[in-house]
Amino acid sequence: MRKYGYLLSYTIICTLAVAASKLGVLNAYVQLVIMYVGINIILSASLNIVNGYMGEFSVGHAGFMAVGAYVASILNVMLFTTSSVFGPPLLSPSSAIFLFPVTLAAGGAAAALAGLLVAVPSFRTRGDYLAIITLAVNYIVKSSVENIQPIGGARGFMGMRNVIDAMQAVVNLPWTMIWVFICVGVTVWIIHRLVNSTYGKGIIALRDDEIAAEIMSINTQHMKITAFMLSSGLAGIAGGLFAHVLGYINPGTFTIMKSTEVLVMVYLGGMGSLSGSVISAIVITLALEAFRPLGIIKWVVVPLLLILLMFFRPEGIMGHRELPDIFPKLLKIRQKD
Amino acid sequence: MLEVSDLHVKYGNIEALHGISFSVNKGEIVALLGANGAGKSTALMSIMRLPPPEGPRVSSGSIKLDGLSLLPIPAHILVSRHGIGLVPEGRHIFGNLTVFENLKLATFSRNDREQMQRDFERVFALFPRLADRRSQRGDLLSGGEQQMLAIGRALMSGVRFVLLDEPSMGLSPLLMTVLFRALKELNESGTTFLVVEQNARIALKYSHRAYVLEAGKIVLEGQSQALSQNPEIQKAYLG
Repeated sequence: MRKYGYLLSYTIICTLAVAASKLGVLNAYVQLVIMYVGINIILSASLNIVNGYMGEFSVGHAGFMAVGAYVASILNVMLFTTSSVFGPPLLSPSSAIFLFPVTLAAGGAAAALAGLLVAVPSFRTRGDYLAIITLAVNYIVKSSVENIQPIGGARGFMGMRNVIDAMQAVVNLPWTMIWVFICVGVTVWIIHRLVNSTYGKGIIALRDDEIAAEIMSINTQHMKITAFMLSSGLAGIAGGLFAHVLGYINPGTFTIMKSTEVLVMVYLGGMGSLSGSVISAIVITLALEAFRPLGIIKWVVVPLLLILLMFFRPEGIMGHRELPDIFPKLLKIRQKD
Repeated sequence: MLEVSDLHVKYGNIEALHGISFSVNKGEIVALLGANGAGKSTALMSIMRLPPPEGPRVSSGSIKLDGLSLLPIPAHILVSRHGIGLVPEGRHIFGNLTVFENLKLATFSRNDREQMQRDFERVFALFPRLADRRSQRGDLLSGGEQQMLAIGRALMSGVRFVLLDEPSMGLSPLLMTVLFRALKELNESGTTFLVVEQNARIALKYSHRAYVLEAGKIVLEGQSQALSQNPEIQKAYLG
């Protein structure tokens, strides 16, 4: 019971949300915001592995998100829909319902591979190199996509709506929302397990003292690369989901601006706090939506709030702590069960 | 056991070690002595190369453990597979972890639970101070306790050959004696030590053999007892 308490409550909340969407209780806008929140949770939690737990500084998370978004979208459009670029579907459109997670994972794998290409040269030395290289990669990915005309170039790529329609033709459920919920659950579970495992303790040791970690027989190079790949792979999955939630992507979405937004979520939530990342992803996404009527001024208001937060609480909302540290009762209840 | 021959080591273009040779036999305590900048730590760092890779680079010569070249082997493998441990200069204790957690972390790649348990008991028996402070944070320990913890950690990583970099640094003469006695005790139960020291007096007292480094070259070597009688050593290092 203790073990499955979180899983159970998460499943209930998600089922309620999906049912409410299906029955039309939640309007399309609210659904969209819920899915944005989920995607941002994946992004901030995954970036927290590198910037929080590992203590490195990666600033190009949107680049990996773009890789995942484009790979998953292209695969889906090519395999399951009729499009002007790729012609008739290669597989039966109805098979999308089973194969959607596979293409999503392929997007994640592609992003992880991109992460590997970044990690190998950057981690040969320590310091600011990772920040510079990830920044460059973010720009490279964006400009490359802008210049590949067959997938729309700067105009963007669409057709993912048809994939979702094909899935809904088989079973009429809000599939994008279901997959967002599943991916958020899996991401949070993976990261929670990782940071509480012996391997995860190694990552934290590496952040605190790399030399000490190495002489504790921790393969620091290998560990950094693996953690970075996991982080970028999850960003890729978030990208794939994002593309299908919106039904349209263009390179302009995956700029340094988006990367900064994710960075802000990590630092607001607290470096090395998984619950912090989740909470701040929710807070920031909702705040950005709430300030939408302000138009361009929201980019003044939100950063201002951040400055104030950094002023009064520089370690972020949660600092290094997790929810059960702050509400020990939560832990006690769980242990009693 | 360890055989270093004609080792040349460079930092960038500057050569720090000009072809030194020394050896450590199983069951010995060997001391590398010398003044600041003589190249003692460099010699240790070329045996166990630590990240980031801006450290010393071996340009020629060989470092062999029982005939196996250690040059291509990264530090974490030396610890986990070849039984060589390091107690680094400055101790590198995890300040935010407790004494016990520091020791526990050292068992990162071990899975021989029973032997690990025996090693915990051994460390606590050797340094009762650590047993008293087992749930205290690493950064709240005194310098001497940190040094004990650093040695304890090396033992917990399951190694049989320990490299020590300036263990006496910043310690009171009393603590130094406690520490070197502990090393002697560990040595008698089978651990081999290579100790880099500035404090020649205490190092010569507790080691079997010693090498004296000066400006990247070995200028003297021999039995520690004989070296401590050597007039040159007495003049330069023992005052």
